Amino acid sequence: MTLHRPDRLADALALLAGDAVALGGGTDLYPGLRDAAPPPHMVDLTRIAGLRGIRRDGTGWRIGGATTWTQVLKADLPPLFDGLRGAAREVGSVQIQNAGTVAGNLCNASPAADGMPALLALDATVELASDAGTRRVALADFVHGPRLTALARGEILTAIHIPDAAGRGAFLKLGARRYLVISIAMVAAVVATQAGRIVRARVAVGACSPVARRLAGLETALAGATADEVSAIVSACAFTELSPIDDVRASADYRSEAVKALVVRAVSATMEAK
Amino acid sequence: MSLDAPQGHVGFTLNGDAVTVPASRTARLSEVLRKSAGARDVKVGCNAGDCGACTVLIDGAPVCACMVAAGQAQGAVIETQAGLVGRDPHADRLAQSFQRHQAAQCGICTPGMMVAAVALLRSDTPLTEATVKDALGGVLCRCTGYRKIIAAVLDASRSAPLGEGGVGAPIARLDGWPKVSGTERFGDDVAPDGALVVRAIRSPFHRAAFRFGDLDAYRADHGLDLILTAADVPGRNRFGVIPGFEDQPMLAEHETRFRGEPVAAVVGRAGIVAALPEFPVTWQELPSVITPRDAVDADLLHDDRSDNVMCRGYVARGDAASAMARAPHVVSGDFSTGFIEHGYIEPEAASARRVGDRLEIHCCTQAPFMNRDGIAGLMGLPADQVRIVPTAVGGGFGSKLDLTAQPFVALAAWLTGKPVRMTFTRTESLQASTKRHPSEVHMQVGADEDGRIQAVRFDGVFNTGAYASWGPTVANRVPIHASGPYRTPNYSAHSTAVHTNTAAAGAFRGFGVPQSAVALEQLYDMLADKLGIDRLEFRLRNCLLNGEPTVTGQVFDRGMAIDACLGALKPAWDAALADCAAFNAAHDGVKRGVGVASGWYGCGNTSMSNPSTIRAGITAGGALMLHQGAVDIGQGSNTVITQIFAQALGVPVSAVTLIGADTDLTPDAGKTSASRQTFITGNAAKRCGETLRAQILRLGNVGGDAVISLDGGLTLIDGATSVRVPLAGDGYAIEAVASYDPPTTPLDENGQGVPYAVFGTAAQMCVAEVDLALGTTRLIRIVAAHDVGKAINPLLVEGQVEGGVAQGIGLALMEEFLPGRTENLHDYLIPTIGDVPPIDTLIVESGDMHGPYGAKGLGEHCLIPTAPAVLNAIAHATGARIHHLPATPDKVRRAIRALI
Repeated sequence: MTLHRPDRLADALALLAGDAVALGGGTDLYPGLRDAAPPPHMVDLTRIAGLRGIRRDGTGWRIGGATTWTQVLKADLPPLFDGLRGAAREVGSVQIQNAGTVAGNLCNASPAADGMPALLALDATVELASDAGTRRVALADFVHGPRLTALARGEILTAIHIPDAAGRGAFLKLGARRYLVISIAMVAAVVATQAGRIVRARVAVGACSPVARRLAGLETALAGATADEVSAIVSACAFTELSPIDDVRASADYRSEAVKALVVRAVSATMEAK
Repeated sequence: MSLDAPQGHVGFTLNGDAVTVPASRTARLSEVLRKSAGARDVKVGCNAGDCGACTVLIDGAPVCACMVAAGQAQGAVIETQAGLVGRDPHADRLAQSFQRHQAAQCGICTPGMMVAAVALLRSDTPLTEATVKDALGGVLCRCTGYRKIIAAVLDASRSAPLGEGGVGAPIARLDGWPKVSGTERFGDDVAPDGALVVRAIRSPFHRAAFRFGDLDAYRADHGLDLILTAADVPGRNRFGVIPGFEDQPMLAEHETRFRGEPVAAVVGRAGIVAALPEFPVTWQELPSVITPRDAVDADLLHDDRSDNVMCRGYVARGDAASAMARAPHVVSGDFSTGFIEHGYIEPEAASARRVGDRLEIHCCTQAPFMNRDGIAGLMGLPADQVRIVPTAVGGGFGSKLDLTAQPFVALAAWLTGKPVRMTFTRTESLQASTKRHPSEVHMQVGADEDGRIQAVRFDGVFNTGAYASWGPTVANRVPIHASGPYRTPNYSAHSTAVHTNTAAAGAFRGFGVPQSAVALEQLYDMLADKLGIDRLEFRLRNCLLNGEPTVTGQVFDRGMAIDACLGALKPAWDAALADCAAFNAAHDGVKRGVGVASGWYGCGNTSMSNPSTIRAGITAGGALMLHQGAVDIGQGSNTVITQIFAQALGVPVSAVTLIGADTDLTPDAGKTSASRQTFITGNAAKRCGETLRAQILRLGNVGGDAVISLDGGLTLIDGATSVRVPLAGDGYAIEAVASYDPPTTPLDENGQGVPYAVFGTAAQMCVAEVDLALGTTRLIRIVAAHDVGKAINPLLVEGQVEGGVAQGIGLALMEEFLPGRTENLHDYLIPTIGDVPPIDTLIVESGDMHGPYGAKGLGEHCLIPTAPAVLNAIAHATGARIHHLPATPDKVRRAIRALI
């Protein structure tokens, strides 16, 4: 029964080369045990230098993998990140926001991961470190399916990179109660406007497909739209990227319908004068 | 890593003290804090971050200790409730405020709530209802309805305590301080260190045959102390709660009848049991049924119950069929509700030790004497060889009446001679504890041209699960109550309880009455709308009044006060209708509606004796001891019974020392269920106090108005005279025992008779806002008018109402247990602090004929009107009526779509 708490990335990578399991905030790992004993060897990634915090990085932003949702909430970020901040606020509860990490949310690869839609809408790429060095993968290519990611054995998601862009973000989560709720559906939008018209809209939806998806068709259709035109454009769009299912939280039909209302509201929220 | 503790240990600062404790570094911090560091104020409710009971501060930030690796806390500063109170001024004031507002009921969520609140109070966040909710949103409470918790946090800067007082005074809970200071001890908190651990082996299928491998080899190979199977049960391997319906085996014999049913149990040291490999059992899944519809033609679950019908209930008055045929206005409908989980935050827990030829069991229970007798039957022991010592109960709404962990620890302790403990995991609790009966109701209501009810017909099928539990009670109770508290001259009500391969449905706050109210009160709205009569006026027109017969022919001369409850809502109702109209005129996408519903509930057992006994004595030293066996599960019986007793005796509440509950020390005060404790045990306490007072006054030879003073001795002051009464003896110098059993009569073949001595009534209204596009419902306000006869402690009345309303909201909007699918608290949703709107409680005091000082029971009543009031508000807002609960966003949206 060992928990390693390396300070250096190289040490963590060396430790993970064996049978050890990576541990971040523990908010997915421990519930996932379902009362069974924890894995005998774990590596705590939260103390590694450089894995925590948010900073400017060249022409964009770098969110350390072990950054907690509370840190995201408290960070001084431009309106571009309003959706990500909104998502941070909707992650479980204060307790979970204080412990849970951004990288953990992505690596856990739940179809209802709160962080995915907002980060997809920000065109995030993830930085993956291994003994062989680091590589960058677009977030859309990183999560393959429920509980499936491109993370190779022994690899660590060290950071999320977000390119600078104009625009404002928004996030909406739909659930059957106020706090501590798994989404029925959620929508993140990042919209840049000029003179009241959409220059570029980026819209992603979670909990309506095995992996949260960007709505490319809609984004194209929204270019040039005014706020008044958003609703009609959304109605006319097919959302072919989505494949919602029936589960204990809602029916597939409901999700298909509700997500349209959420998209209209999220896009509209980004266009409201502040 | 210089801060590292020695191998196999973890070091941190706990509540100001540097400690190093033996611990696996990968273990959950919650477990290490509880078991190694002695911080038993850290509660474990789910082990998944869903309930927040284990919230602690790590370096000042609230986190769920169940999801922190112990090694991650190495070198950290950890603070828990018990350490904060007494060390942190915010926590001290908060504890006072929790007491002042009665923000702790059972107290199991209180550590999590208070720790999260301290973090908020320390920050410079402005205190508003919204910031309090955000800060406390990660902690679930099943008792309080959250409103008093919000009030307590907002009011945490003051420090004045509540005053003293007898009957009618809103005094603080007498057992409250341990709950708000982190010293309360619940089911899992009292097991002796080193006790062996029991873990049940449970069926993974709704129904299965099973065969064991080599159990002796498994036991020996893994160093277990014991493996229990049905063959080890020394007495009769059947238990139950209703005479004649003891049908549940402690361990299944040939096949299992529900998913989660135990077939064996392993007993051993904690570390061994935690690391066991797969148990040697092979399962063969068998065809199963989980709905009554399918059960009729299925294999019998119990050979002597044809068609899988466990029992039926029937009440008839007048001629419902012909009156219905003659009625000019008739509405009818089908309604259904699902399994509802109790969702108390404390899972079932018990520990036991063998003391000579006796068994001593500590457990969280609502029914110590029934537990004692049930264990005696399973063990083949006389009842006096079993002692049940109830711990604090971390929430109980019916399911903790039944045996759960107790038989396992009893049998294991008996056979091994060692102390043994067992605590259910949340999954086990969800799988194996009893639930609210799912219902399928067809109902018809007919009225005349003036909107006066002429006839009601009710046919309800209840899924009673694999075993009887309290199913017969539900089947009997529902036909008596399905008319609601309304004048119903022609009535026919049938109920059928059907077995299926699911966890037993049993007692749950309201015993089936909330399910029938969902049907009746929605039909009342439909009928009022059809007739064009205001819905509150329609109910007022049909109120059952004193002097009029109930559907069982019972006539109350006094105490039937539904007219007063509905009348009390009138100002709020009129205002809400106007507000909603104004709001709706200004909004397109969201609409508001107001709903109203009534409820009634007979206190105590149905046409069956259910006495309570209270004992009190004064020692030679002048100490006044009250043997109070009415288990306080958070509802407040420790306080209420003491207030009644002290009033009757004529002493301040502070003069009374409480003993119990404990089957060795307290007489049987019956079970804490059926809203019976204030009424029945309260009457016993009143009689006991009066008897003791009469004895004392006789001894002093003073007049009836003499004042009793207990000041190290016993002094009576009668006007200008002061008499010292000598006290002597080892036991009690003066003692009194008194009992009370409510007067009822059996029901005849048509269900006519006097089933209960007392009915309580209630009416609630709800304002709801519905998002038309999403089908989401946001509750704006609840107003609850309750006739409690006499409020012994008005603050406790409010607490019961708010908690019942919150459970009613869950029933209406989000809760449904699906065996095998919602076996945790993130798939099974109960209301959070953000889901319960402000609740105004209007206390009506009609003065009951039988109740102590006129008081009635209240516990069940609070929940009954809530769900139909919410559903009626949704219908008023949108036109969409939800027949099949819960009214989740997808169902509400579907119903709205269907209107277009």
